[in-house]
Amino acid sequence: MTSVEKPVVSLRGADIPLVRSGSGRQVLVLHGGDGPVSHLPFATALSGDFELLHPTHPGFDGSPIPEHFDGLQDLVFLYLDLIDSLDLRDAVLMGFAMGGWLAAEIASIMTGRTALFSKLVLVDSVGIKPGGPMDRDIADVFAMSEKELLKATWHDQSYGPDLTVMTDEQLQLLAADKVAHGLYTWEPYMHNPKLRHRLHRIDIPTLLIWGENDGIVTPQYGEALRDLIPGASMSVISDAGHNPHVEQPGEFARIFGHFAAG
Amino acid sequence: MRAWFFTEDAYPYLPDADSYESVRVSLPNKHFDPEVGADLYNMYLDMWCAADEMGLNIMNNEHHQTPTCMVPAAPIMLGILARETKNARLLILGNPVSNRSQPVRVAEEMALVDVLSRGRLECGFVRGVPYEIAPANVYPYRGTEKLWEAHDLITKAWTHHEGPFNFEGRWFHARQVNIWPRPYQQPHPPVWVTMGSGGSAAQVAQRGHIGAVFLAGYPRIRDIFDGYRQAYQEAHHQETPVDRLAYCALVSVGDTEKEGLDGAEKLLWYMTSNKVAPQFANPPGYHAPAMAATMMRGNQSGAGLPTATTVAEQMARGNLFAGTPDQVFEQIKSFYEYCGGFGNLMMMSQAGFMTFDETLSSMKLFSQEVYPRLKELTASYDPGVMQEIRASRPSVENVDISSIASEFAR
Repeated sequence: MTSVEKPVVSLRGADIPLVRSGSGRQVLVLHGGDGPVSHLPFATALSGDFELLHPTHPGFDGSPIPEHFDGLQDLVFLYLDLIDSLDLRDAVLMGFAMGGWLAAEIASIMTGRTALFSKLVLVDSVGIKPGGPMDRDIADVFAMSEKELLKATWHDQSYGPDLTVMTDEQLQLLAADKVAHGLYTWEPYMHNPKLRHRLHRIDIPTLLIWGENDGIVTPQYGEALRDLIPGASMSVISDAGHNPHVEQPGEFARIFGHFAAG
Repeated sequence: MRAWFFTEDAYPYLPDADSYESVRVSLPNKHFDPEVGADLYNMYLDMWCAADEMGLNIMNNEHHQTPTCMVPAAPIMLGILARETKNARLLILGNPVSNRSQPVRVAEEMALVDVLSRGRLECGFVRGVPYEIAPANVYPYRGTEKLWEAHDLITKAWTHHEGPFNFEGRWFHARQVNIWPRPYQQPHPPVWVTMGSGGSAAQVAQRGHIGAVFLAGYPRIRDIFDGYRQAYQEAHHQETPVDRLAYCALVSVGDTEKEGLDGAEKLLWYMTSNKVAPQFANPPGYHAPAMAATMMRGNQSGAGLPTATTVAEQMARGNLFAGTPDQVFEQIKSFYEYCGGFGNLMMMSQAGFMTFDETLSSMKLFSQEVYPRLKELTASYDPGVMQEIRASRPSVENVDISSIASEFAR
């Protein structure tokens, strides 16, 4: 792999790698538990019309986890600092899975600042628990076999990672990504019990994009999340699982572009 | 040398290994027959009581959601033994304090056992094996830091006698700590902590606690014990007393070599029945990424297969001592000299289908014919002489750190 020099934003407590690509309306992209998405075809497809800003969460892609970090709320406040440090105007805030949870938390805090963010996009996001104690609303990705995980994550499993072709270094980065993913999402698992009582505060147009065959968080879960956000709508992409931006990048870019341009 | 009789109290009647994904965490408890379980609990308690009568000390532990160890609450078994035994020291190794939310409760349980046994408790703290993470639902990242914070709170609770004190740490909070009872032993029961590397050993040594190692064998024992000795010297400006180090191995003694080896075959159940699904053996945050990556690589072929091993292999590694009393003594002495000495031998002397009579026969031979010689060995321990002996033994370099050793490191 060629390594590209990544600019870093220094914040109090952490240095955040930040990749920028394309030009146009700004989109702050918050990745999920699988790590940065700046290299994926959907990002290239969007870079003609948008300037994508891709920060890397601490702990992912080989970056250190700040000593005081215990969970996603630490990330929320780190990103409030990051957002203050960026020159954002009329931007779109977009998050994938765990990054969608993060985006929803940020949007529920940053109300009244629509000049900064004017739209929110949540892709196969976690963050709430719609069901009761005995309901497994979100698949327990940390207790699933590799086989089960592939099946739940992908519509077409050939998109899944092939560990056999990874170098030792790549495997270690993947293992480190999992450490960070677990840190941010372990308990309460993949959600903040308080968030559902705060989502009503979100005051910007919100679109949920979902893979029809997502086995981690189903479209029904997405509908429950949508119903908690005022005026939110939802687009379901067929022939896609938990990562519609990977399995259907063209359709994903089309739906995103339509919403973001409107 | 102090010897500790140990069994994990297995429920050995498992379904065909091909019929389940993992013996840990997810094996349905419909396979547990309470009638059989009641017989087994009583048999294991009888074994421990017999060990007490033979002059051996007692060690117990706990695991969760697994038939390999039927005890999910070691303090309860320890409470029974505090009452039923007379002389044995009672070692719990240990309390999984990284995974337990209330260290003060642990301090209370241990104080109770110490008082009830009139000061026979030896209290271990462990981080726990990776497959304890799912049952505990506790994120394992920084588990070692949590262990030491719990340790600090517990030892303070044991030794503070002037009314409530305050503890608001990174992980644990208790603002009015004033335990009743307080421990019988003063200032507190001896503390044991498990060690898996030279680095983790240093933290134990700095506090002067007993450092315990499980099945590290020849390949890793020097690194760990050396780490302890070096840190002990730096912290306390003296040689490590031999009683500060402990090693756990499988032990089977027979009247004949064949009898001892037959027993060893039965003990091997402990290793060969440990079919663990990769997601439970390698949860995120437990292992450092380099180790986790190695396990991910290993899991690509033969995921979750029972650990294949042999008596000969485990004897060669120093994880299993078996044979006649003379042979077992020589094997332990060889390992003892190789690693520079230790004062506590924890013996897994029962596992799987090994019967009450077989276990007692083995332990009787040990206590009568091996134990006295081991006691002489440590009584004549001299750090200088030991280092000379040790220096004459080259390091074992031809044994790789296989999954066996790492899997069973507590």
